[in-house]
Amino acid sequence: MRRLLRRLEGPQTLGRGPAFWAAFAIVLALAIAYPSFADGYTVGNTAYFFCWVFMALGLCLIWGYGGALSFGQTAFFGLSGYAYGVLTLNVGAAYGFTIAAVVLAVALAAGFAALLGYFLFFGRIGGVFLGIITLSVTLALERFMAQTAGPDWRIGAARLNGYNGMSGMPPLTVPWFDGDIVLFPDVALYYGLLGLLVVTYLGLRILVNARFGNVLVAIRENPERAEMLGYDVRRYQLGAFVIGSALAGLSGTLYTAWGQYITPSSMGLTAAALPVIWVAVGGRSDVTATLVGTLAVLGGFQALTIYGSQYALVVMGLLLVVVVLAAPEGLVVALMRGIARLTRKAAAR
Amino acid sequence: MTAILETRGLDKHFGGLHVTNGVDFSVGDGEVHCLIGPNGAGKSTFFRLLIGEYTPEGGQVLYRGEDITALKPFERVRRGLSVKFQVPGIFPGLTVAHNLEIALQHHLEGASLSSEIRRLLDFLNLKEAAGERAGTLSHGQKQWLEIGMAISLKPRLLLLDEPTAGMSPAETFATGEMVQALNRDGVAILAIEHDMAFVRQIAQRVTVLHVGRIFAQGSTDEIVANEAVAAIYLGETEAPRRKQDA
Ligand SMILES: Nc1ncnc2c1ncn2[C@@H]1O[C@H](COP(=O)(O)OP(=O)(O)O)[C@@H](O)[C@H]1O
Ligand SMILES: [Mg+2]
Repeated sequence: MRRLLRRLEGPQTLGRGPAFWAAFAIVLALAIAYPSFADGYTVGNTAYFFCWVFMALGLCLIWGYGGALSFGQTAFFGLSGYAYGVLTLNVGAAYGFTIAAVVLAVALAAGFAALLGYFLFFGRIGGVFLGIITLSVTLALERFMAQTAGPDWRIGAARLNGYNGMSGMPPLTVPWFDGDIVLFPDVALYYGLLGLLVVTYLGLRILVNARFGNVLVAIRENPERAEMLGYDVRRYQLGAFVIGSALAGLSGTLYTAWGQYITPSSMGLTAAALPVIWVAVGGRSDVTATLVGTLAVLGGFQALTIYGSQYALVVMGLLLVVVVLAAPEGLVVALMRGIARLTRKAAAR
Repeated sequence: MTAILETRGLDKHFGGLHVTNGVDFSVGDGEVHCLIGPNGAGKSTFFRLLIGEYTPEGGQVLYRGEDITALKPFERVRRGLSVKFQVPGIFPGLTVAHNLEIALQHHLEGASLSSEIRRLLDFLNLKEAAGERAGTLSHGQKQWLEIGMAISLKPRLLLLDEPTAGMSPAETFATGEMVQALNRDGVAILAIEHDMAFVRQIAQRVTVLHVGRIFAQGSTDEIVANEAVAAIYLGETEAPRRKQDA
């Protein structure tokens, strides 16, 4: 246990020492206090942002740490989202089944990722081809789900509904002694997601600073040398792909439970591009940068959508171009490195 | 001497080019063996066949008597082969110390890992550069770092492709001493080299490769005295030579 906790800091993560963890504690305390000075709608909206972050963190692991750009995070997002819908519409929310449905839906995404990843990585498909194939998979799934409008397209009680998508599934429901706690998209769901996010974030910090993460960045830097050090490169790539895709699946189930709603467009081209933008803008090579960057971009995007979503998309595209040109390692990474340099200088004085 | 590594009728083409042409070759257990030959003779390709980066069209590679022809590179490495390629293969974006850690974490952890990293940094003359990104090192330092990673695996047979390229005569000599020290610990070494002073310093046996075939084999003195060997180097920029002191 002590060994694991030591891995919270390391060469693969920005932020270390008492100053960083004090800042972390303050941010966490503010996040816990937040619902008591914000209205229910805003809190629910923040929970909505939280839903997406898991998918971004997953891409950060696959792309930022492992060096393999997957353009298909949304395939696993959509698959899991639909799976949650089908399961809960058929079984209902009693006895905590929604929680089991999340686990099953994420496991389904992980299984699909293992199958697809096996062919990709053991077939030595890399670079731009990996991006093309993963993108094709998500677009194919979108097309497939879009043509399921007829009444024949049903799984048990769950109608797939083609382009209009599936709705009416129950929200997350936690069984409790004196009656179930329903996590409606407000304060209750906010706390549930906040807890899940903190656990995922810290877990990823440990993972990337452990031996596994060392090998993953080695593969990103020079796969041939990694293999010549005796590592089975394909296994590590597959491992990262499965974990990262499962996190996309988790986002999909949480999003579906949040809005009680999922459509094929969640797997479309625009949706597929967004995680890449979030992760690139914040800084793909670091989990903290991805977390902060994703929340900032989501917030900014929503603020812009007030003026029309097409403008918001254009601004996102511009933002990506600016980042790639001006701070290719990502804005949050550049900022955090700057702060670290300043504090070092101040300490030296 | 029993062979640690052996090839039988090894064959490889690139298009119409017969780069490895029925090569029967062996390295003795505990031997220091140098492979020389003009540019384009097929030396580096031969190494990639030995480590499994390339698949031969015919023939076999045997390691300690086991046929490893079908094994993947990482499986060969786990059996005790280790390689430094001609173009230095390091992790450029990671620090020098982190590069070594990734090689050492196979068999060490915690305090013994840290102390072995410090020992290696000292040994490789890279102590000052420990916190630098490996990509910023000089060519010679990159060579050292890669050699450091290769020996971190505690190999039984170390393959070195032009280990002293980009090194000064003094650094080249130090590399030779390091090779000899490893050899005293029982590591067999197969090195591709152009620098005949280095070959003379380390080699117990020399093999000349020419257009994909073994052209000559013998002691360093025999090879240097061999006029047919000198002839194949004529007009070559990579003729056997000594590094000149600047
Ligand atoms: N991957 C490759 N594809 C095509 N030709 C190659 C490849 N690698 C090497 N060659 C050719 O094979 C020949 C031998 O190359 P190499 O093994 O690098 O020679 P050496 O290391 O002895 O200088 C050269 O003519 C080279 O151009
Ligand atoms: Mg060569």
